[in-house]
Amino acid sequence: MPDFITGYLSSNKTPGEYGSVFWSLVYIFLIFLGLSVAVIAMNWLERKILAHMQVRLGPMRVGPHGLLQPIADAVKLLIKEDITPSAADRWVFWIAPVFVVITAFTVFIVVPFGPQHAVTDMNIGVLFMLGISSLSVLGVVMAGWASNSHYPLLGALRAGAQMVSYEIAMGLAVVSAVLMTSLDKDGTGTMSMIGIVQAQQAQQTWFVFKFFPLGLIAFVIFAIAMVAETNRVPFDLPEAEGELGAGFHTEYSGFRWSLFFLAEYSAMIAVSSIAVTMWLGGWLRPFPHALSGETWDTIFSLVPGVIFLFLAALSFRATARMSKHPYFKFQKLGLGAFGLLLALIGIVLFISTDAIDIRGKVQDVFWFTAKVAVFMYLYIWYRGTFPRYRFDQLMKVGWKVLLPLGIAVLILTAIGGIIF
Amino acid sequence: MLSGIAVLGGILVITRRNAVHSALALILTLLSVAGLYLMLYAPFVAGVQIILYAGGIMVLFLFVIMLVNLEKSQKEEQFNKIWLIGLLGALGLGALFVGVFVRSARSSNDIFFQLLRRPLVAFADESNTQAVGQMLYQNYLFAFEIASLLLLVAIIGAVVMAKKRIN
Repeated sequence: MPDFITGYLSSNKTPGEYGSVFWSLVYIFLIFLGLSVAVIAMNWLERKILAHMQVRLGPMRVGPHGLLQPIADAVKLLIKEDITPSAADRWVFWIAPVFVVITAFTVFIVVPFGPQHAVTDMNIGVLFMLGISSLSVLGVVMAGWASNSHYPLLGALRAGAQMVSYEIAMGLAVVSAVLMTSLDKDGTGTMSMIGIVQAQQAQQTWFVFKFFPLGLIAFVIFAIAMVAETNRVPFDLPEAEGELGAGFHTEYSGFRWSLFFLAEYSAMIAVSSIAVTMWLGGWLRPFPHALSGETWDTIFSLVPGVIFLFLAALSFRATARMSKHPYFKFQKLGLGAFGLLLALIGIVLFISTDAIDIRGKVQDVFWFTAKVAVFMYLYIWYRGTFPRYRFDQLMKVGWKVLLPLGIAVLILTAIGGIIF
Repeated sequence: MLSGIAVLGGILVITRRNAVHSALALILTLLSVAGLYLMLYAPFVAGVQIILYAGGIMVLFLFVIMLVNLEKSQKEEQFNKIWLIGLLGALGLGALFVGVFVRSARSSNDIFFQLLRRPLVAFADESNTQAVGQMLYQNYLFAFEIASLLLLVAIIGAVVMAKKRIN
């Protein structure tokens, strides 16, 4: 194998630091793949979980328990007619979804899935992330303007105002987390994402529990601001169906709309990854120091396999409970095959021999993904539970509640850092 | 190449009829300036440029452009009649810049050499953030506080001027 491939594998750095273009491209490709699968899964999960919360069943027909529904949705969106309003600004209309998607995906360059598993680890990773999120506001405003119609313009201006307001609260929460990284022995903080997780490891506490309740309040501020930043319920007035048409993406159809959809879910996953990295310890398993040692390591490393086997058991149970009518033959086969696939993955995740240690290698990425998945579930839970904020209430919360709270947390964290 | 894109963006800003297109070209210029900051080993400044300038101020620009009816201005003449004199003035300024730069290359004891030809040491990335922080909070603390007070006064003034009169 040529050296530029194997040379990287033995080093202990991210591809960006090592300087390997090939492996950076591999990582970027894997991130694209993972994000696409995640967005498809989110689509299905959102409809199913919302349905179960509302005591109904959700999609059941397309595949077994609606598992092929996202594929049907994707095909429908791709074959829809691509309409451009006649009086719309053609150039800006074309570039707005492209801009939003680019900014949503670029954040993933700095997201750390493990100590060496980021595309690159910039020294200003946090600043980069904040900057790219603020560029996405521009895409939204451009989309609303280019549609040349009232409802999209109103939706876009509202969305722009909301995103800018909550960016400030996000920034303050992030600054207090960065401040906490400097509270170790030599007093130098870091803004790199991998550095923040390593600081949590060195200080032996997830930042959400540091200086209790300051870390928790900063985390809650960020969690609320990130929901507002991605225009999700309860802050989704800009795209409120039933009040504004569909907000700023009313005039987009087919593939362009699916780009907005993709960008929205990718942005959700991106800001959740940032919240996980900064407060919830990134790729560290729960209780890395309180329950340390060989046995606890082994027990926690069995969790991925156990989870997949549990999901496989659920699939088999659903197969057994399906109706005995002959029309359901293919659905039963499909669900059974899906269950078998999950079981296979679960068994593979148990392998930990001297030659190939899958169980050990998959730990970082698994815990990171599990925490982000919890956040995704929270997003869907909010959608099923909360009513929508009115726009002036939304701005009031952003400026009059979260901003002073963020400043107070920052000051108190700094004071706490000096005292302790 | 980055400076070429910046100049191209600048030219597009003044030549587009549609104000929104001009704003987008300005965003292009700002992003390429951020890239230039990166080339000069100042990643913190580049990041802050993107967050504040391209992501904050340009959003406000776009808001104002969209809320003000600019239909009339699209039908007007793009350049006024004295554009030739403006071009001559800009070329003169450019010649001045080039002259200063070339002159500093020749003699090493000149004052221009001290200004423009200091060698660029390759700093590590982290030290830019820390250097800016140290400068801002230790050497120039007074100026920093006065600037923030000035911004506060500007915000209060803007809010007062925009209030509706209830008569």
